[in-house]
Amino acid sequence: MHPTFPLYRGRLASLLVLLLTAWAGPAWAQDDLLGQLETQATPTAATEVVAATFKSTRLINGHTVETPGQGTMVFLISHRFGTLNSGAYNFFGLDQASIRLGLEYALTDKLEIGIGRSSLEKTLDGFVKYRALRQSTGRRAMPVSVTLFASSALNTLRDDRSWYTTSHRMNYSYQALIARKFNPSLSVQLMPTLIHRNLVEDRTQSNDVYAVGIGGRHKLTKRTSLNAEYYYLVPRTAPTGVRNALALGFDIETGGHIFQLHVTNSQGMIEKFFVANTRGNFFKGDLYFGFNVNRNFTIRPKEGFRK
Amino acid sequence: MRSLIRSVSLPICGLLLSLAGGVTTGLAQGKYMTQKGVVSFFSSSILEDIEAHTEQAAGLIDLQTQQLAFSIPIKSFQFKRTLMQEHFNENYMDSDRFPKSSFRGKILDFDPATLASGQSQRVTVEGDLTIHGVTKHLTVTGALQQQSGQLMVNAYFSVAPADYGIEIPLLVRENIAKIVGIKVVMSCEAVSQLTAK
Repeated sequence: MHPTFPLYRGRLASLLVLLLTAWAGPAWAQDDLLGQLETQATPTAATEVVAATFKSTRLINGHTVETPGQGTMVFLISHRFGTLNSGAYNFFGLDQASIRLGLEYALTDKLEIGIGRSSLEKTLDGFVKYRALRQSTGRRAMPVSVTLFASSALNTLRDDRSWYTTSHRMNYSYQALIARKFNPSLSVQLMPTLIHRNLVEDRTQSNDVYAVGIGGRHKLTKRTSLNAEYYYLVPRTAPTGVRNALALGFDIETGGHIFQLHVTNSQGMIEKFFVANTRGNFFKGDLYFGFNVNRNFTIRPKEGFRK
Repeated sequence: MRSLIRSVSLPICGLLLSLAGGVTTGLAQGKYMTQKGVVSFFSSSILEDIEAHTEQAAGLIDLQTQQLAFSIPIKSFQFKRTLMQEHFNENYMDSDRFPKSSFRGKILDFDPATLASGQSQRVTVEGDLTIHGVTKHLTVTGALQQQSGQLMVNAYFSVAPADYGIEIPLLVRENIAKIVGIKVVMSCEAVSQLTAK
């Protein structure tokens, strides 16, 4: 037991322990049925998935590792007002608004699909999200959750240029979302990101834009949390004039709703906008106040509850 | 040599027989156990009916001492909606801090004769119920019945979430009942005294 002890003392100690357990075992078993049950019933450290790393499928602008449970549909209304520094004439941004309406559905507990329509550039988007790994404890412990994300976005603005085809209107986004729930209140996520733009302004601009995002949430109470999200653009591929996206938010959860309130220097609510086209300077007041409203609907109840 | 074998084997046979005898009396009077007990609960309110169940409840009953114990892993409860299940664990039961609910008690009016006859027997059980880290003393009625070597345990009782420090926010107060009904259905296998230790 204690390697520093002389051998005979170690032996004596183990003999004592042996005697004690042999003597106390049956007596304890008879005295405490619950204790006996717990020792017998506990399956040898079964693998247990760490649930609820984040409350919503969105951190602020971007996605989290979360997908809704199988058969759940999420209706997501996202909204950004104009910049706070646009003056009293524009009522500090409240006169203008940019919106995205989205529908998401979980085909399985691991696979989610979604569509959305943003008012910005009249953009249609569709995405697929797959939970590749889930953070878990026990026999098959896993330190992080990994979710893979891919989306495409189509700009549907009217355009008279003859050469401008559907292909020119397309943008693609790919992310590996890596998150860890450190404790019930703190979760941190890393988001390596690639945005591919089929059409760029000129030859100096890269079609592929690489970025690394970092974000997290800290729960204030059981039903509220503070969120932060930052996307760092890899300088070599960063589009000219585009800034790193920063967002700070506050989540409120009620029964079937999650309300997310935030300020961000990006106007768009999909990856091609907030990663590859954020123009605002966060610290000079180019702040868009906005919110997301998540509403969950159970389309297909869980097994054992289907009629 | 042969006589030696005989002289050794006879006592061994006797020992085995007496052990077997011990096991059979153990079946009638001893311990019964399950790890697949079914526990469900129901909350019924004007706005919403909520139901959840688990098939991973463990139970141990000692008919000799009339003591019993249950242990239920909270995260094993299954709900109709996944979000509800998440909220149950995260916001109401604090399942990370209190992973199990348990009950330990004593049967007050056990009658071995009725049980042996194979009839269902109503029993009163008094004991301590621990939910969400809070322990309350309560008396519950249930039924015991012996069927093809198994001990069937049934119980239905009610608890108030407020008694166990489970906070329900104002916003959903109308969705969750003040009193939640709990149903326990277990079929316990006999455990011989030998393996129980």
